[in-house]
Amino acid sequence: MPVRTAEIAVNWLGVEATARLVEIGKFFVYVGDVLKQSVRKPMRTSLVFQQLEFIGNQSLNIILLTGFFTGAVFGLQIGGIFQIFKAEGLMGAATAKALTRELAPLMTGFLISGRVGSAMTAELATMRVNEQIDAMEAMGVDPINYLVVPRFIASLAIIPLLCVVFIFIGVIGAYATGVWIFRVDVGIFIEKMTQIVNMTDIWNGLEKSAVFAVLMSLIACRYGLRASGGAKGVGIATTNSVVVSLLAILCFDVFLTYAQVKF
Amino acid sequence: MIEFKNVRKAFGKRVVLDDLSIVIPPGKITFIIGKSGEGKSVTIKNLMGLMHPDRGEIVVDGEDITRLDEEQLRLYRRKFGMLFQNAALFDSMTVGENVIFPLREHTRQPLPAMLERVEQVLALVGLPGIQHKYPTELSTGEKKRVGLARALVTKPKFLLYDEPTTGMDPLVSEMIDGLIVQINRDVPGVSSIVISHDLKAALATAENIVMLYHGKVALAGSPEDFRKTKDPVVRQFFSGSVEGPMEFL
Repeated sequence: MPVRTAEIAVNWLGVEATARLVEIGKFFVYVGDVLKQSVRKPMRTSLVFQQLEFIGNQSLNIILLTGFFTGAVFGLQIGGIFQIFKAEGLMGAATAKALTRELAPLMTGFLISGRVGSAMTAELATMRVNEQIDAMEAMGVDPINYLVVPRFIASLAIIPLLCVVFIFIGVIGAYATGVWIFRVDVGIFIEKMTQIVNMTDIWNGLEKSAVFAVLMSLIACRYGLRASGGAKGVGIATTNSVVVSLLAILCFDVFLTYAQVKF
Repeated sequence: MIEFKNVRKAFGKRVVLDDLSIVIPPGKITFIIGKSGEGKSVTIKNLMGLMHPDRGEIVVDGEDITRLDEEQLRLYRRKFGMLFQNAALFDSMTVGENVIFPLREHTRQPLPAMLERVEQVLALVGLPGIQHKYPTELSTGEKKRVGLARALVTKPKFLLYDEPTTGMDPLVSEMIDGLIVQINRDVPGVSSIVISHDLKAALATAENIVMLYHGKVALAGSPEDFRKTKDPVVRQFFSGSVEGPMEFL
């Protein structure tokens, strides 16, 4: 009996593993298709601008609010610790370093996955279950070219910029707590920050942000295009898309951080 | 002309098209009928190249489309206009934007010419001047007619209708059936292929009918052939009786 149970378990694992591998393979084929279509005519400039407006402009408020509060809270936390060592002057530098290298790209990736990624999946999934994507294919229009590429290009272009905005406003949040609560001298706050934070930090943050943008847009569109099963299917696709995007962002964050620290 | 030659399509162990051979003559209204799950939609998807048969040939105007690659298929699909069951209008676009969409994608016409063509096809389906409306502002029948205008706008050689009257009230059904006849008569060179399970509409509208049963052709011929047939499957489908050789899922 235990042998039989083990056999069933191994079989099940084999089937599951094969299905996962096939799924990963298909995802890579899809990524290849998106990259190929990204450099192929027609270039859909107006659709890219629509997406830039949706992803960038409409996300600005949430980025500004979250950036400010993240910088302020991080400033409060780290200021309290630095105060013990009489090193409050370093809080601006520490906050800016953390924001540029980690907090801003990660938080921007999370926020955009929640706000934009979910909307992308829901829109494409609704189009799929209502046969709108089938109609597009029947009219000889490639849905990857028409629907995915503009979202992919716009995400790649605008999310790193949102990350820069997050860093800037986060530093203002830290400045507010540092100068008004911990009474740090303005000159020292800025001087230490400019001494410790360099262009490599900003570049590393932007690198991460660009990778997160690629992951979010590709995953969100993929789940949307593959949705099935009516309203319930749209809900499932949207939830899965956000969960997978967040996990992918966290997972890639580890590898990117390791690469940036080591090399 | 469209010809299916020994086309087989299976999903796992379930064979949907089993050595299917049919001929769809040019310039006529052909109804492909059968009960649900008999492979009508699979037939049309194979014809559009949206699905590929496991074996067999689909010859359209002398060309076997099963040998075309994805890029060639995309060009091939421009021969078709398709009206989907739920019209499948893009709900983020206005009626005008929906109808002009295939023209923008596939032609290099100047905008005024495209707008004029949109006006023409909307008038043809009896809905002139509604370009500014959104699909959500339309009734089900109006959506279908806009979907038909979109299918017609590029002057396709083949018009496909997927269950055009399913879920419609009798008046709208009658109007859609009338439109199918009118368009096939007024648009030169067009062939209409209608997927339906409405045998009565087929008898009233079609010039050629193909009935699918168990992945094969149960009967193909004119409406007269269908009226005269003694085939028990066709008779049962015609009468809508539960008694007979046709099983119910």
